Amino acid sequence: MDLTYSESENAFRAEARAWLEANAPKAPLLSFDTAAGARAHREWEQRLHAGGWAMVPWPKEYGGRGANLLEWLVFEEEYYRARAPKRINQNGIFLLGPTIMEYGTPAQKARFLPKIASSEEVWAQGWSEPNAGSDMAAITTTAIRDGDHYVIQGQKTWASRGAFADWLFGLFRTDPNSERHHGLSFVLVPLDTPGVTVRPIAQLDGETGFAEVFFDGARVPAEHRLGPEGEGWSVAMSTAGFERGLMLRSPARFQDTAARLVALLRENDAGAGDALRDDVVRCWMGAEAYALETYRTVSRLLAGGKIGAEASLNKIFWSELDIRMHELALQILGDRAELLPEAPAARGVGSWLDSYLFALSGPIYAGTNEIQRNIVAERILGLPR
Amino acid sequence: MDFRYNEDPLLFQETVRDFLAKECAPETVRAIWESKTGRSPALWKKLAEIGVTGLLAAEEHGGIGQDETTLVLLLEEAGRAALPEPVIGTAAVAVPLLRQLGGALATSFLPRIAAGEAIVAVGHPVSPFVEDAHVADLLLLAAGDELHAVRPADARITEQPANDPGRRIASVAFTPSATTRVADGERARALLAAALDRGALACAAEALGVCDRLITQAVAYTSQRKQFGKPVGSFQAVKHMLANVKVKLEYARPVVWRAAWSVAQASPHRGVHVSMAKLAACEAAALGAKNALQAHGAIGYTWEQDLHLWMRRAWSLEQSWGRSSFHLGRVRRAVLEDGLPIGPGTTFLGGA
Repeated sequence: MDLTYSESENAFRAEARAWLEANAPKAPLLSFDTAAGARAHREWEQRLHAGGWAMVPWPKEYGGRGANLLEWLVFEEEYYRARAPKRINQNGIFLLGPTIMEYGTPAQKARFLPKIASSEEVWAQGWSEPNAGSDMAAITTTAIRDGDHYVIQGQKTWASRGAFADWLFGLFRTDPNSERHHGLSFVLVPLDTPGVTVRPIAQLDGETGFAEVFFDGARVPAEHRLGPEGEGWSVAMSTAGFERGLMLRSPARFQDTAARLVALLRENDAGAGDALRDDVVRCWMGAEAYALETYRTVSRLLAGGKIGAEASLNKIFWSELDIRMHELALQILGDRAELLPEAPAARGVGSWLDSYLFALSGPIYAGTNEIQRNIVAERILGLPR
Repeated sequence: MDFRYNEDPLLFQETVRDFLAKECAPETVRAIWESKTGRSPALWKKLAEIGVTGLLAAEEHGGIGQDETTLVLLLEEAGRAALPEPVIGTAAVAVPLLRQLGGALATSFLPRIAAGEAIVAVGHPVSPFVEDAHVADLLLLAAGDELHAVRPADARITEQPANDPGRRIASVAFTPSATTRVADGERARALLAAALDRGALACAAEALGVCDRLITQAVAYTSQRKQFGKPVGSFQAVKHMLANVKVKLEYARPVVWRAAWSVAQASPHRGVHVSMAKLAACEAAALGAKNALQAHGAIGYTWEQDLHLWMRRAWSLEQSWGRSSFHLGRVRRAVLEDGLPIGPGTTFLGGA
């Protein structure tokens, strides 16, 4: 055990910090779930990519920096420290990318990874269907083989980033006679394919962060299937592992929120009672615990370990911590908590309300926390199904 | 940066786990509870033989010279077994305190502790009670800004029967004098601060094992107990309750490991790190006690069922070496008043 940074890790941090200080936008961009914001975020991603910082742990040949996962954690710390923009292509860089690394053919890696890294192609997720949410194995959208294509018929919903994305990855039933987890395949679909219709859905926060996607005879080349036909479920579980377990929500995100929460408390300390102060401190400890656990996980992965069902523990922890921090921020804001930033009396409410609404989606997306608790109970604790 | 244990301490942990599974099974714990002193000199001696009591003592004193990162792994096992021996007070707190004091006290007591022939109890201002004073061969007691070494015969020891028969506590009165004083002023304050950090760290480590065992007991029971024709552990209400404990436990463990590292390395932030560990681990164990009891239903509410061995330890660890309010206060002052660096990259020294 050595809980100090090495010289090379420190040098990496200094390099990342210098680049971000020189290049990160000084003011927040518009939300990437608006048309103008999506454009601004794509431009930012191109700049990050040109600087070699788009996806630091990926090999250089795929547009990465060839760094290890520890250095990625360090980069994330610097990224949040610089309050740099949210990543519009998080579905691509954090979820699909690692899945392609694991399951992709050399041709698929060469075709997709560089454009994910550069965000030339922004990705949406296509898991849920109207009747397959928590019960994802109930998927009915079919992708039937016809020569060297799949013909897709059906509907996906709650496709994150669907409104402004170029591609969608997801699970489709390639064997129409199959049931449950069998006969599914993981297919990559260009959203401009004829027969694909994207209908954006306004979220609780009013923005179109997800979409319904309709497929009516959309033909997709069979070479866009990731992993073996009929084994899409295990490919999808690998994606889910990355999503819940490590990459989607790096600890720096919550440490930054905790630090801003502490700052907010200091600015408004007069009205805060001891109980509220203690709750804020507990949140800071939660963010620290999450960071420590992530460093432990990454150390294990660097030594050849894998992420398994324990990814579900992470997802429960960060999503509930995030809500708690935002609830406290609203408590501290008191009478101003309900005000939108443009309200004349809003003075310094910042984006807490908006990010509170987003935090509320945490226990739902990436598999509801109830499903995660089932996974913890059955696969980690060994309770009967 | 490498947040992993290498093989040696993990093997040591496994050895202690196997040893305690055999030598400190629930029926043994109950027998020790019912004894007059609540302590088993034979078990203490055996713990010494496998290196537990003298873990932190130098080799010249008969110890094995390991540090706190190894200690916390072994104490987790003590918690898993609800071991009723003075490993926290003597092995985790008194040994390093005696090492720091040096001199005749160290050369006289350290080899005897390492051999399993002595118990040294430490009284700290954080608690009105002293653990294991009733069986101690030496008392190291705070009095104001001074530290005193007192023979039990020279103190008035009043046992205080308490909720966990595995953790015996007493009130101790004595008359401080120049002959009993072993440190004062700044030095005594530093020694007492270090003792507090070690005691709280040790409690946190034990609490991890207690929590893990509570989960294991509840999983075993709810997997075989059937109602409505099914194991009750197949119901989501039960599953989620136990999953919640597992989440708390797994997010307490790295906090405890980091605190152990900080104590071993004398990090300037070790006090805060220890308090975070004590809070996280004791909260996990407290939730474990509550939810494991609920998962057991009425049978868990009996004296006969073993569950309360760990429930009681979960509760007594919370009382020991600073309750949550004390430790939360330390963290609150560090974060809100003393300008502890916070935010991304500040978790480890030398980061942002």
